[in-house]
Amino acid sequence: MATSTKPKPISKATYLKWYEDMLLMRKFEEKAGQLYIQQKFGGFCHLYIGQEAVVAGAVSATKAGDKHITAYRDHAHPIGLGMHPKYVMAELYGKSTGCSKGKGGSMHMFDTSLGLWGGHGIVGAQIPMGAGMAFAEKYNKTKNVVLCSFGDGAARQGALHETFNMAMTWKLPVIFIIENNNYAMGTSVQRTSNITDLKKLGAAYDMPAESVDGMSCEEVHYAILRAADRARKGDGPTLLDIQTYRYKGHSMSDPQKYRTKEEVEKYKKLDPIQKVLETIKEKKYATAKLLEEIEERVKDKVVESVKFAEESPLPEAHELYEDVYAEADYPFIKEY
Amino acid sequence: MKTVQFREALREAMSEEMRRDEGVFLMGEEVAEYNGAYKVSQGMLDEFGAERVIDTPIAELGFAGIGVGAAMNGLRPVIEFMTWNFAILAADQIINSAAKMLQMSGGQINVPIVFRGGNGQAGQLAATHSQSFEAFYAHVPGLKVITPSTPYDAKGLLKAAIRDNDPVVFLESEKMYGDKGEIPEGEYILPIGVADIKREGSDVTIVTFGKIIKEVFKAADELEKEGVSVEVIDLRTIRPIDYDAVVNSIKKTNRCVVVEESWPLASISSEIAYHLQRYAFDYLDAPVYRVTQSDTPFPFATSLIAEALPNPKRIIDAVKSVMYIN
Ligand SMILES: Cc1ncc(C[n+]2csc(CCOP(=O)(O)OP(=O)(O)O)c2C)c(N)n1
Ligand SMILES: [Mg+2]
Repeated sequence: MATSTKPKPISKATYLKWYEDMLLMRKFEEKAGQLYIQQKFGGFCHLYIGQEAVVAGAVSATKAGDKHITAYRDHAHPIGLGMHPKYVMAELYGKSTGCSKGKGGSMHMFDTSLGLWGGHGIVGAQIPMGAGMAFAEKYNKTKNVVLCSFGDGAARQGALHETFNMAMTWKLPVIFIIENNNYAMGTSVQRTSNITDLKKLGAAYDMPAESVDGMSCEEVHYAILRAADRARKGDGPTLLDIQTYRYKGHSMSDPQKYRTKEEVEKYKKLDPIQKVLETIKEKKYATAKLLEEIEERVKDKVVESVKFAEESPLPEAHELYEDVYAEADYPFIKEY
Repeated sequence: MKTVQFREALREAMSEEMRRDEGVFLMGEEVAEYNGAYKVSQGMLDEFGAERVIDTPIAELGFAGIGVGAAMNGLRPVIEFMTWNFAILAADQIINSAAKMLQMSGGQINVPIVFRGGNGQAGQLAATHSQSFEAFYAHVPGLKVITPSTPYDAKGLLKAAIRDNDPVVFLESEKMYGDKGEIPEGEYILPIGVADIKREGSDVTIVTFGKIIKEVFKAADELEKEGVSVEVIDLRTIRPIDYDAVVNSIKKTNRCVVVEESWPLASISSEIAYHLQRYAFDYLDAPVYRVTQSDTPFPFATSLIAEALPNPKRIIDAVKSVMYIN
């Protein structure tokens, strides 16, 4: 569903940023996975490894003022939006220096100043919330767009249909992004529905929809540009079925019997980071020295993140009662 | 007797009932091919096949409602929620449909369904994934609510729940599935609505339910060393509550502490305290105390979790308060 206006070619700077950001996401997640296994932090840990191009392309295609809301697989979103990963790591550790003050953990990364409106742990909850944020943008007559990401599993929640209907009826400036990694825990898209071509989910509401190669930053970038353009013009929502793949298990305790090693290997050959690196080399966008510098920078940031998280303090007891109500002196029951 | 894990006890209950009654089936997210998110239904797909052990999409409202409809039409569904936190999406069908159908149809349609899954906090899963629903569902006439704390109770009560002709909310815990306990070799059923004295004592009664009972036992052990004899009553069923068991124990000990994993306002501890002041007033030698979770959404950081949950120290303090020891 490409529009006739020819999109701007992607700049050298964008390629280099994609490479560095995605490498940072990847290295961060690899480290997070190791630390989790070493029980340095607890809770759930859902890694984004393999899916990096979705965030990279979404961020390059949007601008300041646009807002992102996503699911619990959310460590890469803050990094893509420019947060230093040490605040993500500190959040994983439940430290008070984390981006949600150690109150959200792995599934609840927030930084509204960067346009990140969470990390949400209830599958599909962000679908209506994302539309509601778009409602507010329209209400306030801004030109901002909301990018609302959710998994292929979440796409089966009933709230999606209620939301799609209202978002289309009211022409809300929202882009519904299915981060379709083909699995919801152990359940493949094929096992959850008669409709496995997820872009069709928009059809009953006449919502413009496309399938997008999620292993390609370029494809993601252009698809989001088209959708954002439509939203900013007042033409309402778009559904993007962005087809990607997670190389790791659903969470850290997933034996992955539902797929073959060959399938995983097949997708690893399409690795988005490698692809961007190849383009950079082909087009001579960077010298070997510059690439080395990027790798060093990434490595240093990951090392710094771990140090920062480990050295940061845990929240103090009184913080239990803070940030629960906006009201300053809410009368909690504290007899216990 | 044999020793089994909590999850095995649940599995035995479901499997035995499925062998006994063709109308019983299991439905939920990841229950079949993945063998259960927490392996409760391991092997059940192999034994009963895909027509009776059914994977659903992530669509809690939909599959809970399909369960209700199937129950209205004569089947006996067991609906597994990955955890009860996600069943909030299905609460409409549980509360508006299942709980009210018999009354509103003038007695024509009963709903023999069991909704079950993990309940309560399970470590650092943050606020949305850490909630206890006993008080929520106990509030609703038309439902029965069960919270077992041992594999023995879990099996006997789940079998009773599946055979029951009313909708039952069955609250387990991800943290308990690996717990081991003894159960009889053969079949047995435990009655719904009967509390169990898990530990006999004479100085003070602690009323509790669910996995927080482990903290109560730790506190009781400590108190024992100090010469305080604690009676522990495990409610096991939250609706209907076995008030008689509680009152009878208070007649003996004259002192009561309620320990509950969930929040204080409008809680089971409020209910017990109300009942005791109304029906055992003359037997009480001290006000009823309670130990609950903090009046906040459940936190993520370990330092705040330690603050939020009932623990042996807090329980001991409460016991000493009702005994006027300091
Ligand atoms: C309402 C609700 N139901 C169930 C869960 C448990 N759960 C967490 S993640 C998940 C799978 C979601 O898969 P998908 O939407 O495809 O996202 P992915 O993990 O692939 O990124 C499930 C069932 C939940 N968190 N919320
Ligand atoms: Mg998925």
